Formats: sequence, C-alpha cells, structure tokens
Amino acid sequence: MKTKRQLLVVITSLLAVIWILPVYWMVVMAVTPNTLLKLNSTALWPQGLTFENFLGVLQIGLTMRWFYNSLVVTVMATVLTLLLQSMAGYAFAKMKFAARKTLYSLTLAGLMVPKEALFIPLFLMFAKVNGHNTYAALYLPRVAIPLGVFIMVQFFRGIPDSVTEAAEIDGASPVRAFFNIILPMSLPALTSLGIFTYILTWNDYLWPLVSATRKEMFTITTGLASLQGNFAQASELGSLMARGVIAGFPLLVLFLIFQKHLIRGISMSSGGK
Amino acid sequence: MNKSRSLNLSVAFFVIPFMAIYLIFQIYPLFQAVFASFFNWDLLTSGKKFIGFKNYSKMFTDPIFWRSFLNTLQFVVYSTPLLIATGLLFAILFNGTGSRKGTFRTVFFAPYVFSVSVTTLIWGFMFNPQKGLLGAFSRILGAEPIYWLTDPHFAMAAIIICTLWWTVGFNMVLFLAGLQDIDPSLYEASALEGAGAWQNFIHITLPGLRRTLELVTVLQIIASFQIFGQVYILTKGGPGGTTRVLIQYIYETGFRDYALGYASAMAFVLFVAMFLVSMLQLTFAEEKA
Repeated sequence: MKTKRQLLVVITSLLAVIWILPVYWMVVMAVTPNTLLKLNSTALWPQGLTFENFLGVLQIGLTMRWFYNSLVVTVMATVLTLLLQSMAGYAFAKMKFAARKTLYSLTLAGLMVPKEALFIPLFLMFAKVNGHNTYAALYLPRVAIPLGVFIMVQFFRGIPDSVTEAAEIDGASPVRAFFNIILPMSLPALTSLGIFTYILTWNDYLWPLVSATRKEMFTITTGLASLQGNFAQASELGSLMARGVIAGFPLLVLFLIFQKHLIRGISMSSGGK
Repeated sequence: MNKSRSLNLSVAFFVIPFMAIYLIFQIYPLFQAVFASFFNWDLLTSGKKFIGFKNYSKMFTDPIFWRSFLNTLQFVVYSTPLLIATGLLFAILFNGTGSRKGTFRTVFFAPYVFSVSVTTLIWGFMFNPQKGLLGAFSRILGAEPIYWLTDPHFAMAAIIICTLWWTVGFNMVLFLAGLQDIDPSLYEASALEGAGAWQNFIHITLPGLRRTLELVTVLQIIASFQIFGQVYILTKGGPGGTTRVLIQYIYETGFRDYALGYASAMAFVLFVAMFLVSMLQLTFAEEKA
C-alpha cells in the first residue's frame, strides 16, 4: 500500500516536471545569447547568461507598445465589466420591475452565443463607423459578453433581502446604497470576476487580429503571434523567447497572487459555487 | 406613485448601460450575420448584392469547407475525451488539502493563463525537430526526430498535445468544484465496507460528478469547435490543408478573399452547430429535473 502511494507520487511529480519544462526552457533561452542558441537550443541550463535579450525588447521593435495596448484594453474591459455587469446583476437579483424576467432571460441567452461566431458582423459594424484600430473596438465587444451578469446575480441572490433593504434605508436611494454598501460587500465576487475577465481579455486573439490591423495597434497577444512563423526569428531565438516571457509572466504572477479568486471565478461561471 | 417612479429611474440607471452594450455588440451582430449571409458582400468594394441562399448552397459543394469542417470535427472527437479524462484524473489525484496537492493543482492549471501566442511560441519550438526538446529527446533515445508540424500524420496530434498542456487545467478546476459537492460520508461508509479506490470511483465519484461531467463535456465540445489560434500560428492549416479548421477558413474567406457574405454564412452554420450542442445540456438538465 505504501509503495503504491510512493509510486503515485513519483509518477505525478514526473508529470509536473513535464508540465513545467516547456516554460522553464523558454526562460532558459530568453537569458541565453542568440549566438549560442544558433549552435544549441536544447540545453536545459543557460550556456551563457545575458540580459541583452530583455534589453533588446525595450529598445527594438514594438513589443513594449503592444504591451501598453494590452494593458489599456484589458484594464478598460475589466473595469467596465465589473461596473456595468454588477449593476445589471444587482437589478436582476434584487430589484422588482416589470421586464425583469424577460431582460434577464435575454441576457442569459447571450451565454449561448459562441464568441468566435461573431467576428465577421462585428468587423462590419466597426468598419461602418470607421472604428477599427481603436482601443474601444478592442474592449467593447468583450464588455458585452454577459458571463459576469450571471456570476453577480448568483452572488447577490445569496445576500438576504433584509440586508439589501436595510442598506436602502440607510443609503436613502438604491443607487447610493449599491455603491456605498452593497459593492464593498461584494469584493470577493468582484475579485473573482475581475481576475477572470482580465486573463480572458489579455489573451483574446481572433478579434484583435481582425480589428487592430495597424502594427502599432496590435496587442501583445497578436503582436507576439505576428513574430512567429517568420523565419528570421531562427537567428534571434533568445530575443523571441524574451518577448514570450514578457507577454506571459505578468499573467503568471497575477495568477499566483489571485489563484484562489480565479479558481472560484471559474467555478462560479459554470453555475457551481 | 413617487416611489415607484424613482424605483423605475434607478432600475434604468442599473440596467440600461449594460443592456445597451449587450444589445449592440452581442445580439445585433447575430442578426447582422444572418443578414449578411444572403448577400454577395465584397469587403474591398463594400458592394453587396442579394443572392438568397446561394452562399449556403455553395458551402455544400465547396471541398475546402468540407475539409475544414472534417478537420475541426476530427479535432473535437480526439481532443474532447482526452481533455475530459485527463482533467478528471488530475482533479481526483489532486483533490484535498495538503501543500503538495496544492502545488500540483497550481502547476497543472498555470499554462491556462498564457495566451495562445505564448503557448504556440513555446510549442512551436518544442516540436521543432532540430531546435526543440522533443527532437533532442528522440536523439537521446537513438530515434529519428518526428517532424511534428510538417508531417501530415503528426500535425493534428501536435495541435492536440499543445492544447492538452494549455487547457486541461480548466477542466480540472471544474471537476474539483464538482468533487466538493459529493458527500464525504459516502466514502467513509464505503471504507467501512472495505471498498477499493476503483470501486469508489465507479460507485460514488462518477455518479456524483454526473452534472459536472455533462457541463464539462458541453463546454469542451464548444471550445474545441472554436479552435483557431493554435492551428493558425503553428501550421497555418498545413501541411497540405490537413489542419485547416473552420474558423480559419472563415477568417481566410473574409479577410484574404474578401468574401464577407460567404464567410458570414459559414459562421452562421458554425453557430447553429454549437447552439445545438448547448441545447443538449439543457435537455440533460431537464431530464434530471
């Protein structure tokens, strides 16, 4: 029994190493001089240590610009999603009005719309108003995805009516009660939704590929993709991997900090708890 | 009277901003897609001409459409069971307290936070027979390296391996959430009867996860149907069109051939296919109720 257990630990540890290895290898290449990588790129220990590749990212090419674009788009999408979707969710969960059921069903129906099925009509819409290659074009369609409303409705329904009613008496108007009392109470759910939205937006690929066609308007996700498959990359392997590290690691750090919230967000999004 | 008016005003304040964005950017485009699919709609000249169902009938005789559809189906059929079984296995292995299990959960979930282009950057080189680790490993074993991305026999497998590494953690998290809903006293009772791990899995875990399994299956089929980035960056649909998937063909039709009407028609067919899969979930849910 005990040896069986130990065997399981060995096998799973080996699997974990296999899972980490590709990322570790990317980091090794990112700190290895390009000239050495031309000779051998499969070493698991840096053959020579350099930060040239990272300095190069700051100086050459548009990577930092793409990083900034991603930051603006992602922050806007996350803030708007949290604000507008929690407001709508609160109304659906706690306010009584005639069209409530209809509007909430209409919102839930949007969950059935696969994101990647809409890029052609969205492209036509933004083209009509000359809206491509703008930040708004990149974040507005993301804010329209109603997953957060669903998550927040579930959360608000868990708050007893007596609490929201008391908040409205103290806060005079429902609007003030919401912002002064209800929202601060909702911080855990908002954090989960926020981190989930942040990661999904940062990693959007198809829509930015279609909408942001000017090189200066690429996001880090489409920008990094544009550098791959071009064969000049082979001589600059280290620089390319440094760009991968810069694109990927901020999210990895965010994930490590907010791991619990993100995982709860995913569980909530599936209708679980 | 006064009170209900102020309530209506606040309802409007809460609901209208989101509903406006939702209707404009999520619901309207659906109708726009159907509308555009009845036109010969040229992106370059922005000329459009009503052609009825011709875009739809064209699909049936378009060999690249069928090829892309079958490639997508192949990806769905292979990747879905693999991603579900592995996610379930990881969830069962790493469910529970203890720092070692927590570390394993972190490790197997972590790749999910990377974008598709970070994932393909890493795996594009992993699969490279000369520069990559897989090739180096084959050489150590004395075998010929596999040309993963350029050999038609291996290209789809490479895409599936890369997708497994990237997204299996998401399914693991959904299964972990499902496992929390199983009453622990069931396991205690079965331990008293001397049941083994396999019997527990068959008689307690699987039935307890029924709802989660249905949910994960539907979510995974929908996600797999929408595959695009990995393929488009790693193989561009090659070699010889063996990995071209539907979204890629729709993208190329719209933005390389500038035929937006035809692209809209294909997007609508894809939408209907995925909608039917989501309806399956509702039928599951109703069966239960």
